[in-house]
Amino acid sequence: MSGTDETPQTEAEKLGGAGPTDTRPTGTRTSAPEPEPEAPSRTHSMLREIASGNALAGVLAVVLAIAVGSLMIALTDERVRDTASYVFARPGDFFTATWDAVWGAYTALFRGAVYNDRVDDFATQIRPLTDTLKFAGPLIAAGLGVGLAFRAGLFNIGGRGQMLLAGAAAGWVAFAFDLPMVIHLPLAILAGSLAGALWAGIAGVLKARTGAHEVIVTIMLNYVGFYLVFFMLSRQGLLQAPGSGNPKSSPAKESAILPDILGERFNLHLGFVLALVAVAYVWWLLNRATLGYRIRAVGENPSAARAAGIDVGRTYIVVMLIAGALVGLAGTNQVLGTVTSGVTVDLDAGIGFDAITVALLGRSRPLGILAAGLLFGAFKAGGFAMQASEGIPVDIVLVVQSLIVLFIAAPPLVRAIFRLPAKEAK
Amino acid sequence: MKLVLRNITKRFGSLVANDRISLEVAPGEVHCLLGENGAGKSTLMNVLYGLYQADEGEIVLDDEVQHFTGPGDAMAAGIGMVHQHFMLIPVFTVAENVMLGNESTGFAGTLDLDAARARVREISERFGFHVDPDALVEELPVGVQQRVEIIKALSRDAEVLVFDEPTAVLTPQETDELMEIMRQLKDAGKAIVFITHKLREVREVADKITVIRLGKVVGEAEPTATNAELASLMVGRPVELVVHKDEPQLGDDALVVKDLRVRDALGHVHLDGISFTIRAGEVLCVAGVQGNGQTELTEALLGLQEHVEGSITLDGKQLVGRSVRQVLDAGVGFIPEDRQEDGLVGGFSIAENLMLNRSFRSPFVRRGSLRMDALEEFAKTKLQEYDVRAPDIYTHAGKLSGGNQQKVVVARELSRDLRLLVAAQPTRGVDVGSIEFIHKQVIATRDRGVPVLVVSTELDEVVALADRIMVVYRGHVVGIVPGDTPRETLGLMMTGERPKDVVA
Repeated sequence: MSGTDETPQTEAEKLGGAGPTDTRPTGTRTSAPEPEPEAPSRTHSMLREIASGNALAGVLAVVLAIAVGSLMIALTDERVRDTASYVFARPGDFFTATWDAVWGAYTALFRGAVYNDRVDDFATQIRPLTDTLKFAGPLIAAGLGVGLAFRAGLFNIGGRGQMLLAGAAAGWVAFAFDLPMVIHLPLAILAGSLAGALWAGIAGVLKARTGAHEVIVTIMLNYVGFYLVFFMLSRQGLLQAPGSGNPKSSPAKESAILPDILGERFNLHLGFVLALVAVAYVWWLLNRATLGYRIRAVGENPSAARAAGIDVGRTYIVVMLIAGALVGLAGTNQVLGTVTSGVTVDLDAGIGFDAITVALLGRSRPLGILAAGLLFGAFKAGGFAMQASEGIPVDIVLVVQSLIVLFIAAPPLVRAIFRLPAKEAK
Repeated sequence: MKLVLRNITKRFGSLVANDRISLEVAPGEVHCLLGENGAGKSTLMNVLYGLYQADEGEIVLDDEVQHFTGPGDAMAAGIGMVHQHFMLIPVFTVAENVMLGNESTGFAGTLDLDAARARVREISERFGFHVDPDALVEELPVGVQQRVEIIKALSRDAEVLVFDEPTAVLTPQETDELMEIMRQLKDAGKAIVFITHKLREVREVADKITVIRLGKVVGEAEPTATNAELASLMVGRPVELVVHKDEPQLGDDALVVKDLRVRDALGHVHLDGISFTIRAGEVLCVAGVQGNGQTELTEALLGLQEHVEGSITLDGKQLVGRSVRQVLDAGVGFIPEDRQEDGLVGGFSIAENLMLNRSFRSPFVRRGSLRMDALEEFAKTKLQEYDVRAPDIYTHAGKLSGGNQQKVVVARELSRDLRLLVAAQPTRGVDVGSIEFIHKQVIATRDRGVPVLVVSTELDEVVALADRIMVVYRGHVVGIVPGDTPRETLGLMMTGERPKDVVA
């Protein structure tokens, strides 16, 4: 489904719903469909427009964000500022400096995220790419969790809390038991996903039984989760490492750590493969499974779903459980793969919120989320390199990421900038 | 003011919505624009109102060519529009709504509400509208809200008034009142454009009739033309307005409803102890002005209502207290009154919509997976069988016209093994051609021995389909009468009065 499907409604709304029966004209003799705009609630259609805008809009948003990012890089660059003071005397200096700053920044980003041409040995050359994949793993998993909830019409803002709970559970299994790897690792992953599922499930149950809005519930559960995990990490006998005074658990045992898949030289661990499996699962769920069909029906039109005998409340609960498990996978991935030295409350590393961006950019489609997750993984990996080599603050990357969301959320702005035809009533 | 539209052409991409349409409306004249949904009536009026710009052609008011770039220009030139969906702010009073967009202000920007009140009162008295300027719009009945729209237009000195499908939301009585208002406006020298697809209204009030089909003027007619003539002009082929049906082959009592009481979450009673029976092979039509408990009745039958007391049995099985899914599994087919809200998922393809209530157990499901091939084949067959006009089965349901959407719903419901069909407003907002088709399907279902409950606020439909008619008023049954009961009697019963010769 593309953005074109949404626009007739919004356009009809803009026209003040002037004649819902035949604003959509037909003039051809063929059996052309006569589109009839529906009028769902404004927030609902807006949410859907944002969550399911077309792919082009996403790409253009990225392009625009990078362009605005260039501007910021130039503005913050010292040499650019110096040359700006005599720009009329020697404009060449100014433009060279600007070009150097921007080009330098983005090539550094590329070298840090994909391929480093400044070293000789092949393994080191492609090491950045494996870093990107490593960072992308949890982003993809959590993005799927948020995106799946979107498809059911639910806004899952609780990524952070779900990741923390999942990380704590997985970390606990990882350090508290001594088991052979074939049992220990799956058990730890399962524990993490389960904890994430249950934490998100709370929001699902409250929504289904009492109508509590999932946005508020998940946001608040972030705080509850944070302080709960913090509390447990600060108490001997709960999660805190024995004899330690820091809010941190013991490190995960070797048998519960996600193995590196390309050998010792790369940081890429099995977590990325698990994320790919999750992409495949969610794709199957949404496109081929009856459960996914019901999820989409509930997301698109809950009243019609209800009239068709689908239990909307139950669907909400099931969706939140699955979504929480997927986000939980991201938390597990962090604790068992990326930072195995022990669970802390920083384990989510902002992924819980970045996941929302990833889901938006990926239009809540599994493959879109995969692509968006890879892009954001690249930003993460490259951002550090950019700061290290060019001295450009890593915050620029955050600015670019935020701008992407901003541009996605404002499709008319992007359309205006690129002079795309306004998708009015055809 | 005399309105002339000359060769108006409006294209949307390759689609020609209006193809050289010309129209003349003189002061003191009601000009009817008749056409099916999607014929291009509203596009034409949006051009006139400045919401669209015509690609070719011109709008002439009293010999002056107009160039409207927005509704503001059109209003200033003396064109007023009464939209089908009111452009009113519910929490504002009548006077506030009337002055909206045209506020007169006094010192330091204070609103001059008194002037607006006086204006409302003046217009209201002149035309006998009986509208209180200080009433909150949300508390007014729909018919009165519409009058507020008319006052709004008149308060801006509109000389040309456009009514866009004004009767779609009105009760029969309100419709009669509106007709009266139109006549008064006409006598006051206004030029009136009346857009509709309802033949009865056209003949009642029109001085001239222009019929549009597929964006073109296909003919002009006198108000004396018969319904059949008008309908065939609209549709482009002869249309049967009367449903041919044989005597019903009645079976046993199938649906038995006893003392049904439905309350909403706030405790308001919507159905207060109604009882009726439908026999196999019988159509029972529920007639009544909208909002007298019909919606609650169909929803209670489906299990969509929470607080239901009494008993509903279908072939001896109790349905009260069952989930929607259990009711559907018991063989109840449901055509909801609002198909876009309750009947279809707009963002789903036609094929996906055809399995909406069969996602648990059906030919299209195997061990938790969708059987896409089976579904596609089924959808292709049904598209043909039910004459759904769409490019293919992957077209989103939200992009279909009302009639085609309804056919998708009908196809879905009738292709299950039904023990009862509940059809609420089955032809609302549906074009004439599709109405004919859907009515035939309802009767065919009856003739297969299925009991059918039809809820309709259109007397034409009730009379066309019913073997028996149950009239409801404020949650009570006024009476259950034979299908050939005269309209006048039914109309009276719809106001809650039971004629002496009618037995409940």
